[in-house]
Amino acid sequence: MNGAFLEEFRNRELVQGLAKQIVRLAEGRETPLTFMEVCGTHTMSIYQYGIRSLLPDGVRLISGPGCPVCVTPVGYVDKAVAYARQPNTIIATFGDMLRVPGSSSSLMQERARGADIRIVYSPLDALALAGKDPEKRVIFLGVGFETTAPTIAGTILSAASRGRDNFFVLAAHKTIPIPMSILSDDPELAIDGYLCPAHVSTIIGAEAYRFLAEEHKVPCVVTGFEPADILQGVEMLVRQVVEGRSTVENQYRRFVLPEGNTKAKELLSRVFVPSDAAWRGLGVIPGSGLAIAPEFARFDAEKVLPVTVEEPREPEGCCCGEVLKGKIAPINCPLFGTACTPEQPVGACMVSSEGSCAAAYKYGQ
Amino acid sequence: MQITSRDGESIIAEIDGVSREASLMMLGEEVQVGDYVLIHAGFAISRLDEEEALETLALMRECLELSQSPT
Repeated sequence: MNGAFLEEFRNRELVQGLAKQIVRLAEGRETPLTFMEVCGTHTMSIYQYGIRSLLPDGVRLISGPGCPVCVTPVGYVDKAVAYARQPNTIIATFGDMLRVPGSSSSLMQERARGADIRIVYSPLDALALAGKDPEKRVIFLGVGFETTAPTIAGTILSAASRGRDNFFVLAAHKTIPIPMSILSDDPELAIDGYLCPAHVSTIIGAEAYRFLAEEHKVPCVVTGFEPADILQGVEMLVRQVVEGRSTVENQYRRFVLPEGNTKAKELLSRVFVPSDAAWRGLGVIPGSGLAIAPEFARFDAEKVLPVTVEEPREPEGCCCGEVLKGKIAPINCPLFGTACTPEQPVGACMVSSEGSCAAAYKYGQ
Repeated sequence: MQITSRDGESIIAEIDGVSREASLMMLGEEVQVGDYVLIHAGFAISRLDEEEALETLALMRECLELSQSPT
């Protein structure tokens, strides 16, 4: 037996048993149930394992704003492009930012024109680049949710303790619970429950969703991303609806504690302060972002090295914003699979492997 | 991923023959070689609780049995 239980949580028999239970529980309901996930890894997993095909017609899964690169607005890409054009500058980034189109260029295009752009696996690698090349300034593109933000916080603390003065972060970190509450109040979406993210919840904890269940009356289940996890998460959501409850349940107890990861939360509160954040598709949401705290302002690219950029322009015809709100499925975008493909992406949702459009294109509907 | 070695705040973890270095800055608990951890962007973010994993699997098996019963 694999100690990580991967095979067990992918076991076909268990998956089918859970699917049957969902069918039984949802039987006879007049209105279909709509559950949203807000985690790029869930999006990929649901497509990859064909989870929708296992569910009855009365249970619908939709994807929300869970792909970190996708929710990053065009204006951010424009700033990254502006930094990439500056002399003596290395841009360090996670790989999937490279091809996200800005208003008139992308990092990929800038690299073709000679900009020094390095793909890193960890922000610590970006800090190491700054150590190796002290004559240059290294700007790390800090995008991502509560899972990634503490890794940036830890890296900034390391930079501070080493006295590194050529390392900067262009920070656009986002926190997921507030957008979830906005979407759960949208009558057009009529969300019956949330599959709460796996990795984000290891940090913020299952209790972070309590206000959604209690004040917004939307059932929440923190769910892992193996196929049996997702089906059990759906089964728990259907059960809550059928029993008329809205509470927070934790399917992913093997990795997620009610209070989350205390050390990671401490890193977050030391290095970041809550801020308003601009989301693609959702606009500016008060209190839904993390800005670098004044104490660490010397690492904040926007404070130390301000740039001005053109008025951001969304790509014409791109429905990424509607896809991120769960209002349309990728296939309902007129550009999907024709003008917009993973090879020639128009919008961010087709670029990132965690984007709904990229997953729908790769694995089919 | 399973931890194969530890050196202070830094670990090497492995899955399917791929190994990665990760920081333990976010795990306060005593993490040991042999433990399974989730790794994100070069940091170990959570350790697998095997007892909870077994309980979750037991619930899934119960569900399977229920689904095979006639009513």
